[in-house]
Amino acid sequence: MDIRKFVVGCYDDEEVLFPAVKKVRKAGYKIHDVYTPYAVHGLDKALGLRETRIHTAGFIYGMVGLTTALSFISWILAIDWPLNIGGKPHFALPAWIPIMFELTVLFSAIGMTLTFCYLCQLAPFVKKHHFHPRATDDLFVMVIECTTKTNVQEAQNFLTGTGAKEVNVQLAETGWWLGTYDKDRKIFEVGKEAISA
Amino acid sequence: MIKQQFEIPAGYKKWTLGFLAVGILALVLGFFVLGIGKDEHAQTRFWAVLLQNSLFFLMICNSAMFFICATTLAMGSWITTFRRVPEAISSLVPILGILALIVFACIIFGDKYHIYPWLDKNAVATDRVLNYKKGFLNPVFFLVWTIFTLCTWSFVGWKMRQLSRETDERPLSENQARQFTWKNTIWGSVYIVFFALTVGSSIPWLWLMSIDAHWFSTMYSWYTFGSTFVSGIALMGLFVIYLKNQGYLEYTNDEHLHDIGKFIFAFSIFWTYLWFAQFMLIWYANIPEETIYFKARLQGSYRGIFWLNLIVNFVAPILILMTRGSKRNYTIMTFMCVLILLGHWLDFFQMVMPGTVGEHYNLGWYEWGILALFIGLVMHFVGKSLTKSPMVPKYHPFLKESIMHHT
Repeated sequence: MDIRKFVVGCYDDEEVLFPAVKKVRKAGYKIHDVYTPYAVHGLDKALGLRETRIHTAGFIYGMVGLTTALSFISWILAIDWPLNIGGKPHFALPAWIPIMFELTVLFSAIGMTLTFCYLCQLAPFVKKHHFHPRATDDLFVMVIECTTKTNVQEAQNFLTGTGAKEVNVQLAETGWWLGTYDKDRKIFEVGKEAISA
Repeated sequence: MIKQQFEIPAGYKKWTLGFLAVGILALVLGFFVLGIGKDEHAQTRFWAVLLQNSLFFLMICNSAMFFICATTLAMGSWITTFRRVPEAISSLVPILGILALIVFACIIFGDKYHIYPWLDKNAVATDRVLNYKKGFLNPVFFLVWTIFTLCTWSFVGWKMRQLSRETDERPLSENQARQFTWKNTIWGSVYIVFFALTVGSSIPWLWLMSIDAHWFSTMYSWYTFGSTFVSGIALMGLFVIYLKNQGYLEYTNDEHLHDIGKFIFAFSIFWTYLWFAQFMLIWYANIPEETIYFKARLQGSYRGIFWLNLIVNFVAPILILMTRGSKRNYTIMTFMCVLILLGHWLDFFQMVMPGTVGEHYNLGWYEWGILALFIGLVMHFVGKSLTKSPMVPKYHPFLKESIMHHT
């Protein structure tokens, strides 16, 4: 868990935010994230985020659920304890389809939720740093991560220039787990070591 | 240069004429070879295929208007950029309705009791089940309710299309736009309620389920609705893609195509859900008068079609249309739309045929020929209808929202 420096700019209008994101990216700053009170359509494209892979994980969890249901029920009803139910065959597939479906949905839903929490580094008792409390109310908060190249004062002035209502510098932990996002960081680094506080 | 007014391209005309020529040839040949022959089996085949095709195409064209009304009620603005396409498709309802009515009239007045067993007066008199149902399954009620239904579908659909045309000429003031939206909501809800009373319940019972007059299923109407609605969306998708490739529909983009793809994906699963709900309960309860319907389909010569139906209409869409990329890919979407239309045509085939021509069905020159006839009809009339109005309702209050649509 290392502490990093972030330049934070707050916008109060979506229409200012989009051009600002474009300008900041063009200037070569590394945007850590933009925190918004609601899902802003098209912001992911403007930020240049790659497509999430969580649905692939969801598909795999679903297949695991399907396999679990099918193998478990068929083992019980056809192999371990065959019962004659209404003269139906022991391997009564149509009757099992609802259960197989439910387990597929259950596995993929729970699996995707947990994966999502893992990727966002959310867990019980883990405290996340809030860059601005009004990010859940009415402000769009853009956070730029400082690298060895970043001139903090210049970055602050740049954000003000793009229309930010409030600009400040904060130190924050990057998280309890270093995910793939840290690979992107290398593009912005000059040396190997990260900035320490 | 993006074109506002649709002009039928030469290639489109050529294909339409080709389909129509093949279709009319098959119809005429079928009439002489099968229709007026001595063989009752051939006669039944002649009428059953006409019944299957006219009902299938009538109901998928009608579901285009359901699509418009449902999105109107849900304030779904996203369809505005291409709403002229479902409008054009729905304008076929009166034409195909008259064709279906002619087929019904010939079946009923020609006493084709191999198709509708309740037409046979002796059977109704002696058969307890048919006797019980004769208040519902009789020629008078059938024709009256059918004509009333077709007129209402046509009229309310026409009204919705007229409303949409109001947005072509001049901008609406805020008050006018409110009134416009309100009027759309009123007519849309009239249509939806009537749709529930017809396609949602009584019409498939009369038109299709009464082929197997002894049998009944409460899922049947919804199952038919699912089948026709997903094919209606697929037909709409095909036209949207075609027009887009021809340089029309400037504001329709990948986002809209993506949502059409989602509709196809979702309603394929919806159809499967109803199909399975109907099948599983009957399979589980194992009551002879119910299982008879599936005995003919599962154990007889329809076995192949029965499983193919499930693969084409469920397994293929769920696997192929699952990813975001495939719903935004024109080639994959075109392929899936054609596949689903064919698949549900086969679904209608296995709804109609086992109860009429029975074990010895054909899937030969006559069946494909009549399919070509109806494809030609749809292409001809939709093309003609598209030329009558601008491709985009320029002053529609929801147009801007639709252009900015983002999934």
